Amino acid sequence: MNAAGASLLSALGLCLVSALAGATAPRRVRPLLAGLGTACAGAAAAAAGVAALAGQSWSAWLPGVLPLAGARLALDPLGGMFVAVTGAVAVCAAVYGIGYAKHGVDGRVTQATLPLFLGAMLLVPVAASVSTLLVAWELMAVTSLLLVLAEHARRPAVAEAGLWYAVMTHLGFAAIVAGMAGFAAGAAGESFEQLRAATLSPAVRDAVFVATLAGFASKAGIVPLHVWLARAHPEAPSPVSALMSAAMVNMGVYGIVRVGLDLLRGGPSWWWLVVLAMGALSALFGILQAAVASDLKRLLGYSTTENMGLVLIGVGAAGFFASCGDKELAGLALVAALLHVVNHAGFKTLLFLAAGSVLRATGTRDLDALGGLRGRMPYTTALFAVGALAASALPPGNGFVSEWLLLQSLIHALPTSGVAGAVTMPPAVGVIALSAGLAIATFVKAFGVGFLARARTPAAGRAAESPPTMICGMALAAACCVALALAPAAVLPALSHLVAVLLPGHEAVGGVVTLRLADVQGTMSPLLIAAALAVAAALLLGSVRLVARRARRPARLWDCGAGPMTPRMEYTATSFAEPLQRVFDNVLAPESDLAVTPTKESAYLVESIHYRARIPDRIERRLYDPVLAAAASIGRGATRLANGSIHRYLAYGFYALTGVLLVLAVVW
Amino acid sequence: MTGLVGAVAQVVVVAVGSPLLVGLMRKIRARLEGRVGAGVLQTWRDLRKLCRKEAISPHGTGWVFRMAPLVLAGTALVVASVVPLVTTQSPMDGVADLFAVAALLALGSVALALGGLDTGTAFGGMGASREVTLLALVEPTILLSVFALSVRVGSTNLGEIVTAAVHDPMAVISPVSLLAAVALGVVTIAETGRIPVDNPSTHLELTMIHEAMVLEYAGPDLALIEWASGMRLFVLLGLLAGLFAPWGIATAGAGPVAVVLALVVLVFKVAVLGAGLAAGEVFMAKLRLFRIPELLAGSFMLALLAVAASYFLA
Repeated sequence: MNAAGASLLSALGLCLVSALAGATAPRRVRPLLAGLGTACAGAAAAAAGVAALAGQSWSAWLPGVLPLAGARLALDPLGGMFVAVTGAVAVCAAVYGIGYAKHGVDGRVTQATLPLFLGAMLLVPVAASVSTLLVAWELMAVTSLLLVLAEHARRPAVAEAGLWYAVMTHLGFAAIVAGMAGFAAGAAGESFEQLRAATLSPAVRDAVFVATLAGFASKAGIVPLHVWLARAHPEAPSPVSALMSAAMVNMGVYGIVRVGLDLLRGGPSWWWLVVLAMGALSALFGILQAAVASDLKRLLGYSTTENMGLVLIGVGAAGFFASCGDKELAGLALVAALLHVVNHAGFKTLLFLAAGSVLRATGTRDLDALGGLRGRMPYTTALFAVGALAASALPPGNGFVSEWLLLQSLIHALPTSGVAGAVTMPPAVGVIALSAGLAIATFVKAFGVGFLARARTPAAGRAAESPPTMICGMALAAACCVALALAPAAVLPALSHLVAVLLPGHEAVGGVVTLRLADVQGTMSPLLIAAALAVAAALLLGSVRLVARRARRPARLWDCGAGPMTPRMEYTATSFAEPLQRVFDNVLAPESDLAVTPTKESAYLVESIHYRARIPDRIERRLYDPVLAAAASIGRGATRLANGSIHRYLAYGFYALTGVLLVLAVVW
Repeated sequence: MTGLVGAVAQVVVVAVGSPLLVGLMRKIRARLEGRVGAGVLQTWRDLRKLCRKEAISPHGTGWVFRMAPLVLAGTALVVASVVPLVTTQSPMDGVADLFAVAALLALGSVALALGGLDTGTAFGGMGASREVTLLALVEPTILLSVFALSVRVGSTNLGEIVTAAVHDPMAVISPVSLLAAVALGVVTIAETGRIPVDNPSTHLELTMIHEAMVLEYAGPDLALIEWASGMRLFVLLGLLAGLFAPWGIATAGAGPVAVVLALVVLVFKVAVLGAGLAAGEVFMAKLRLFRIPELLAGSFMLALLAVAASYFLA
């Protein structure tokens, strides 16, 4: 067994040990033991993933583990990348979780399930047969559901979110089962080797791709299957939110790439145009909802939908270019998509963990009630700023690098990809640009309103900085973000190599300090941009110091001479997003009620005014609510059949039996 | 070597010339409105005066408020060194392409918006909110225009786009260039906060965007912001001129004379564009805030048409 296999198995073993520790250790040391174990497991998994990316492959067949076919595991570069990302996210979340657990999530079930959840997520990308994949997938769904429900006793919204998540994830699972079972039925067996060798009719291939796409897209939170994400991710405890939003959603992307590009070896261009369209829709819808959200964790959840949409734009473009025969551009698009997966994992871990610190310190996730955390939580504020910079895709953040690569791959498509490309690529570029612009607005709001200025409520004014373990977890994630931002060349060769294996071709991106695209012209250097910015700012600071004659002086804010300003006068998140809400009024369809209660004496004297505004998820309102209402009315109708009379039930039994016998008599 | 000299020269010209450009535009407006107006050098005098005053840290503000002017001016300087205003051979050319330039300008705006939010005043929040709204809506037009311009050359690197245009001047006169030029022109007006998107000389609550964000700044901080705004205007006008009328820019192999000539041509082009912008502003009123998205949607359509044209005419 080589290093990759050994570290993967030790990671899985450590997950089990930590789960045992979480289930049996006394409450005082439970978070520490389980957290350290999970962090070690994550580190081992990251090492295994890196080894796999470096070219070590490993596979195993464990006949006794699962009935019938046994479990098949294999670690290849594609799986290795997702294992590495999951492991790295788990290290940050687990270290953070040691300090966070005192916040009411140190129960046996939660502490024991978290390592199991990590183990399941590690198994998904290394599963090498249909049954292993399905078992790992379901294990991941069930363990994450348990974790989402961790705080169900405290907030009723948790139960509702859990229900949505359970239903959506199992509908997705059913779609994946249908697709993969159909695939395996047409092949000689169910191992991935046999699936790759299978020759299926085009109709079956289409059906397999569409079914698995639906299932995997629902896990990635892609519109219109995203409704669970914006509910479940905010309601889960924050380390779990980070794991789900930064690692679990990636598994949806993994599934689409694995099935579409690896097992099915690409397909007709309409498959990939569908993927691209779903990605574009998710990117726009997700970031638009995030831009007007005032719940910090809900905002981050919608931002996950946006980023997964951007990734799918890249994946769809890659498949589309490959189907047009342009392997070089396909490689570039896929590298961009995978790099965005890595980058998103980095900054979303950081942002969710920082949001958890805010929640722990203030007891609220509502941006309208926050503010002024800069002074009281300096480390959390600075770390959130790093994440927000990355998430808004501005240089020198890491999100910028992957979005730049994605844009480069799209704008070079025109000459080769024909009319379909000429019609698709400009709107795709427009969508990426608009989502980047709205992401800027979203994260300026999240950071500026949530952390700067003055506290809007007494709770925010009493906030205290998080314990060292939590800061350490966040700092680890921030260090990853900074490293990815300044030296993307550390991961790009590995990603280029993995893509070159998947879509036969040569490596798409090269260069160490300056990124150079191999097949199209384009250079950009994140490191030098950051250095130039630093030099320019230092020069300016020096010359201002030189020129300025007088020292800086504290002073009152300009209050128009009307006395000191109160926090009530500050802009809130809602008011900050109001212009955007008005501009996108037709898409968002905000709702508001105004109830004016007059006094008893006169209709002209107002006693109280109640104003309530909310922005519902319109897709949920239009698509899901009618289905749910129909299901509920069918359920109510069915109660008329069951009125409690025992005679009636006996009659049902009798008629059902005779009916079956009659049918059998006639048919047989 | 001329590349390095040219790059330094263009940063110096932008740094020194931008207050003069603002002064020139104010002078032209004043004359067209029937006023005498202050001299062209007045902006420099204002900056000097501001530098002598003390900077202010209003109660309740922190490091974000203090860093914002530095970041804003820093991004403007970096962009000035990248954009081919004088030479296409800037050593910074490979570092940042047109996408990166757009993102760097956005970074400057974001820094200022955060500075405005950090004050915690209603004005600061209002200005920041409006600024990022416009920023979000401007972004698609910029990136699509970049797309349209890059199709002919096959690259988004500014040096290559401008070099190609210098070597094949007739290619500039095409529907693609025309549409992209109009789209980028609208974007330039929006990004630099000129009429009809924003009025740089207003202090009315209902209309101001940029001024609302910088209300709490004073002394050297305010000087930096004013100077940076001028530099952004200068660079964007220079970029517009370079992309659509690239004549005179020193390309590969040009000697020192060409660099000097390019400097003169640059100053002339930017002065003409600035004068035209100022003259146009006299005849226009500021748009209502919620009419601006329509203007930007129009420019987005033009950019989309430019991309479509670049494909079908290629």
